[in-house]
Amino acid sequence: MSTTLLDPTSERQPATRQLNDRLTTLTGKTIGLLDISKPRGKEFLDEVEKQLGDQGARVMRYSKPTFTRVAPTELSQQISIECDAVIEGLAD
Amino acid sequence: MNSSIDPHFALVVKKDCETCRLIESILPILLGKYAGTLRVYVQDDPEFPGNVDDRIDDTQLAFSYQHDIEVVPTLIRFHDDEEVARIFGWDREQWRQFLKIPDLGESLPVFKPGCGSKTRDPGMEAILSVKYGNTGRNTRKVDIADTEDIMEACYERGWTDGLPVVPPTPVRVASMLAATHRQADEVIGDIPPDYAPCTIEKAAINAVLAGCKPEYFQVVLAAIAGALQEPFCLHGLLCTTYFSSPVIIVNGPAARKIGMNSGINAFGQGNRANATIGRSLQLLVQNVGGGRPGGIDRATLGTPGKYSFCFSEDESDSDWPSLAMDRGYQRNESVVSLFAGSGVQPVMDQQSRTPQSLARSLAASLRTVSHTKVFMQTDALLVLSPEHRRVFRQGGWSKSEVKAAIYEALLTPGAELVRGAQGIAEGALEQFGDKQLNKFREDGLHILTAGGTAGFFSAIIPGWVASGERGSQLVSQLINNN
Repeated sequence: MSTTLLDPTSERQPATRQLNDRLTTLTGKTIGLLDISKPRGKEFLDEVEKQLGDQGARVMRYSKPTFTRVAPTELSQQISIECDAVIEGLAD
Repeated sequence: MNSSIDPHFALVVKKDCETCRLIESILPILLGKYAGTLRVYVQDDPEFPGNVDDRIDDTQLAFSYQHDIEVVPTLIRFHDDEEVARIFGWDREQWRQFLKIPDLGESLPVFKPGCGSKTRDPGMEAILSVKYGNTGRNTRKVDIADTEDIMEACYERGWTDGLPVVPPTPVRVASMLAATHRQADEVIGDIPPDYAPCTIEKAAINAVLAGCKPEYFQVVLAAIAGALQEPFCLHGLLCTTYFSSPVIIVNGPAARKIGMNSGINAFGQGNRANATIGRSLQLLVQNVGGGRPGGIDRATLGTPGKYSFCFSEDESDSDWPSLAMDRGYQRNESVVSLFAGSGVQPVMDQQSRTPQSLARSLAASLRTVSHTKVFMQTDALLVLSPEHRRVFRQGGWSKSEVKAAIYEALLTPGAELVRGAQGIAEGALEQFGDKQLNKFREDGLHILTAGGTAGFFSAIIPGWVASGERGSQLVSQLINNN
């Protein structure tokens, strides 16, 4: 005998996405840096940009309007078109 | 006995009904005229009525439920399997005309009212809707073996907030769903962080988990809708390293109708509506949205308010506008408001008897919201107790005068607030050094009243350090009656 309960969860498995192949080199690659608009984020990413450049990468900079909300879809799409990889980050 | 053929007439009775027993004597006459086309369905005793051979056992109430029987006896006439008319109770003239038997029941009284159908017995609606209803539900069923402890089973599946939950049986969920006319499979919205669609049914299941009564469900639905309003920023709020989580404030008749607490210990334990309405939203975000502490929820410390923080406002003073009225609603409208709150900061002032002194006192405490040198970042609620409100009332101050005085008292030269000032690294950006700064943005301080009648203590509920358009704002949502 058993008791039936109704599932309170969304019942969804998270979508399994195929990961892109990892970059094997930074030379000649375009890396996007997405600033989430936390204080001093620019300073931090400036340093990251310099180090990536030293390793032969080309860097493009982006920022989203606020850290409290996900990046606008158009921005995500733009980054995916223009870059080979992306680093999203903050400071604080 | 079988019920596979729809009769031209159906008579539904129960033995435990004086009127049904009254008409027992005329049944042979009915069956004489309508032999083979009149079926008698009995709700309680399969042996009743004894003088009818062709009676159908409806003790499982399937026929009664499907045909929405409210009163016994009920007599229904069908044409081509569709109901065309029905009568109930005993009204001799009505029965004569309905059955076209002019002298029917000559020896019976002219009129006798019927009794309640067994389908209307307490709790039966929910049980029968699960058994027979076409509920439009397709929620996954989870079978818990009797050898399992059902409370532990809920824990093991990650459905709880650390406290035990009410196991969501189909009957409990059906009872909750009966509190709204909305369809169980209607989607309310997508719950972050997973943006999983939340149906009315999923909301009902989590309301059951939380311990809500069905009469709270409309408030729960309004709270969910409010939380999903874009300016509330639920996704960012549930992820934050800061303390904040939804604080739910209920205004209007709905709060009183369901017995919410706006008085003694309004923020604390002891009131089922306060406790469970707040809890249902948190459980929904966790269970449907996927937002869990240690997962997406990265709160450094959090607050106990993340179990539940919900109360109603004290609206006993008709001269004092409620929070909902400040937001543009009428006093007689039922409204739920949501605020990204970070706990409770007590304010003691047992000495002030003038509104001027009390306003400065409250402002001094409000200065510390998030940080004494951080201005324009964090909203706040100021919850005035009845004793403090009396000081303002006796001083002849309106709510807007209180707010204006507080803002004025908080106006501070930027030089005192900039980073490094007073030997403290935290603070305002240097560019504000030569400006006068407001502690709160214009819509950043909301004043309301609650609490017991004794105590010169009010409360600040500080907000989220991301307040306003760049983060969360207080939102309000009308509570529906459907």
